Amino acid sequence: MFDVDFILGHLNYWLFTVLMMTGLYIVVAKGNLIKKIVGLNLFQTAVFMFYISLSKVTGGTAPIFPVDMKIDPTVVYSNPLPHVLILTAIVVGISTTSLALALVVRISEEFGTIEEDEILAITTELSHLENKELGEAMGGRG
Amino acid sequence: MVEMFVDITLFVMLVATAIAIVRMRQLFGVVMMAGVFSLLSAMLLVALDAVDVAFTEAAVGAGISTVLMLSTLTLTSRIEIPATRSPLIPLLVVTVTGAAIIYGTLDMPSFGDPNAPAQVGVAAQYLAQSPEEIGIPNVVTVILAGYRSFDTLGEVAVVFTAGVGVLMLISGLRRRRRKPDNESRGKTS
Repeated sequence: MFDVDFILGHLNYWLFTVLMMTGLYIVVAKGNLIKKIVGLNLFQTAVFMFYISLSKVTGGTAPIFPVDMKIDPTVVYSNPLPHVLILTAIVVGISTTSLALALVVRISEEFGTIEEDEILAITTELSHLENKELGEAMGGRG
Repeated sequence: MVEMFVDITLFVMLVATAIAIVRMRQLFGVVMMAGVFSLLSAMLLVALDAVDVAFTEAAVGAGISTVLMLSTLTLTSRIEIPATRSPLIPLLVVTVTGAAIIYGTLDMPSFGDPNAPAQVGVAAQYLAQSPEEIGIPNVVTVILAGYRSFDTLGEVAVVFTAGVGVLMLISGLRRRRRKPDNESRGKTS
C-alpha cells in the first residue's frame, strides 16, 4: 500500500495537514487573542489549499477557455467547482475575521488586556465579588 | 516533476513562516508574517491552477486582513505576554487531530487523478456545457455568477451580517474613550 506512487500522490494532503495543525496549535496554545485569530487564519488558508489541491488534474491547466471560444478538445482543464466554492469561502472568512477583530477591540476596551489568562483572572475576581455581594444581601457571613 | 519541486519548495517556505508566527512575540511581526503566509499560499494556488482563488487570496488575505489586523493592533496591544501553561497538552491535541486527518486521507484518490469522484460529477458537466449555454471564457466566473449565483447571494448576506455586527461592536468607541469613567467601565478598571 505504501509504495512511492501512493506517497507522492498523498504527500500534498499530508503537507496541508501539517500546516493546518500548526494553525490549530497557535489557537490552542497561545494566550494572545490576536495571535489566536492569526492561527485561525492559518488553519483556514491551509484548508483552502487542501480543497484546491483536490481540483487539480494532472497535466491540466487553469479552467479558462481561449477568448475566441475555439476550444481544443485535447486540452485538459482543472476542476473549476472547488475554485468557486473557495472564492466564496475566502470572502466569508474575511468577514468572520473582521467580526472577531471587532470583538477583540471590545474585549480590550472592557478589560484593558487581550491576554486570555488575564481576562480569565479578571472575570473570576468579578464573579467572586458578585457572589460575595449577593451572599451578603441574602444575610450570609460576607 | 517540476511541479512537485515547486510545490515542495513553496510548502517549506509556508511551514517556516508558520513556525515564525508561532515563536514571534511582537504582534506587528506576527501580522506581517501572516501577510507573507497569504502571499505564499497565493503562489501555491497558482501552481495548483486556481488563478482566480490566488488573486482573491492575495487581495483579501494579504491585503484587507493585514490592514484590519494592524488597525486592531493600534487599538489594543503590540506585545504578546508568554503563556504560563505548558505546551504539552496542546501538542498532544494537535498530534491526535493531525493523525486522525491523515488517517482520513489514506483512502482518498491520488493528487491529480483525472478519474477522482470530484472531477467526474457536476463539474465536468459545467465544463462541457458552459461554452454553449453561457459563452464566457472563464469557467470560474460562469459558475460563480451563473450556475451557482445563489451561493454568492448567501455570501452577500453573510458579509452584510458581519458588517452590521462589526459596526454594532465598535460604534461609539471614540465616545466611550473620551470619558473613560463611564458607569459600565468603572468596576473593571
